[in-house]
Amino acid sequence: MTTKFTTDHEYIRVDGGVTGTVGITSYAQEQLGDIVFVDLPAVGKVLNKGDEAAVVESVKAASEIYAPVSGTVTEVNAALTGEPGLVNQDPAGAGWMFKIALATPLELDGLLDDAGYAELIK
Amino acid sequence: MAEIPVQDLKTTPLNARHIALSGRMVPFGGYALPVQYPTGIMAEHKWTREHAGLFDVSHMGPSFLMLKDKTGDAEADHAAIAALIEPLICGDIKGLKPGQIRYTLLLNPDGGAIDDLMIARPLDSAWAGTLYIVVNAGTKDGDWAHIEAAAGGKAVLNRADNCGLLALQGPDAVAVMAAIVPEATELGFMQYGSFKWNGTTLVVARSGYTGEDGFEILVEPEFAQAFWDVLLADERVKPIGLGARDSLRLEAGLPLYGHDLNETISPTEAGLNFAISKRRREVADFPGASRILKEFAGDLSRVRVGLLVDGAPAREGAEILDSTGAVVGVVTSGGFAPTLARAIALAFVPPALATPGTKLGVSVRGRVQTAEVAPTPFVPHRYFRKAKI
Repeated sequence: MTTKFTTDHEYIRVDGGVTGTVGITSYAQEQLGDIVFVDLPAVGKVLNKGDEAAVVESVKAASEIYAPVSGTVTEVNAALTGEPGLVNQDPAGAGWMFKIALATPLELDGLLDDAGYAELIK
Repeated sequence: MAEIPVQDLKTTPLNARHIALSGRMVPFGGYALPVQYPTGIMAEHKWTREHAGLFDVSHMGPSFLMLKDKTGDAEADHAAIAALIEPLICGDIKGLKPGQIRYTLLLNPDGGAIDDLMIARPLDSAWAGTLYIVVNAGTKDGDWAHIEAAAGGKAVLNRADNCGLLALQGPDAVAVMAAIVPEATELGFMQYGSFKWNGTTLVVARSGYTGEDGFEILVEPEFAQAFWDVLLADERVKPIGLGARDSLRLEAGLPLYGHDLNETISPTEAGLNFAISKRRREVADFPGASRILKEFAGDLSRVRVGLLVDGAPAREGAEILDSTGAVVGVVTSGGFAPTLARAIALAFVPPALATPGTKLGVSVRGRVQTAEVAPTPFVPHRYFRKAKI
């Protein structure tokens, strides 16, 4: 299992090399503040890398979440509808947003690894 | 408003305190101010509703308009200063009682709002002929120039925006104040006075922008940090940033200039008929009176309403749709209401769609969400009203 990061503070955790779980980093949730609503993509939606995939609403503002890679949405985290605060409490775990079947696994190579992301937010 | 480089932002006398408290500083009205502290907007909002929140609002425009040639007759001097400002606004200033504050609006000749503001008459007759005027941050330079021009050399406008302006808001505000400036707790809602504290004079108003009981305190810049510190030393008080200030005022149904009010919107359209004083209506001697009196009588095309929005918050600019899908209005402020745990908004719609309970649609990211017209305030005001003085 590997986790990669975008410069927009999304993460994608890939197991088996075909499906990734997408969410936002702990740094991002802290910057956004209390999240009050999450607008998730429809299952089956086809996304290109960089497309707007979801929207998180804090008290103050809406922020777009972009697809870290190209692919098809296979599952969304329905728990966020009733409990959007999970994104704040456990962004890497229970606060995940959607799963995506990778169209082009090689795109992962263009994303940041742990060390690269740590450097970005330093 | 154009983004101003951080190094060019003005700072308030409390800047060092915000930084020490790890406030997240953002540009607002030309000033660097905290949007939130580490606890976050939700916690800050709830703390203010349950205890007492302390806000730095020094970016706003406190000022004193002072009559030059006073007669020494308090009533005559008050009437003279009132006569200088009344041609710009729709409020009755002449009729203010000593110590009374009035919410009013500066209007353009078409009856549009140049700003909304507070104007107060000093309690002490020695200060008769002076008005305490507080305008908004983003409009203060223009407002003051407009007022000075109207005064035509008969009065001097002293801006006090170098001072600290603090707001202490919430159900515990009065108990906190009782331990620090006990005399100020005698004030009723929309009254103000001057009080000695620690070698300086504080100008304390029983007013605010949260819907809660509370105070707004003008303090000399050299004393601002010490006064902030003494308030925060009370465990019932926590510092609150601009984010919660906005969500609190939205729940209280209070308009924000530049969003729910602008130069095209009249006080009547904005639901502020209470601010158009009876005497001024009868004489019809305020800017835009012909339009506003017509609207006041019910002939108007749009009015400000509250909306309970289902689902995602509908932000400023979101279109309002009727049951046929036609665009009938627009959201001017919207967000999440922490007290209600749901999205709310202020919007302008035609009067026929303004009755509470009316079902409307609101377009958010290309999808139509349901919304219902609701009375404002969304969260009841809890002002401390005294019997009329």
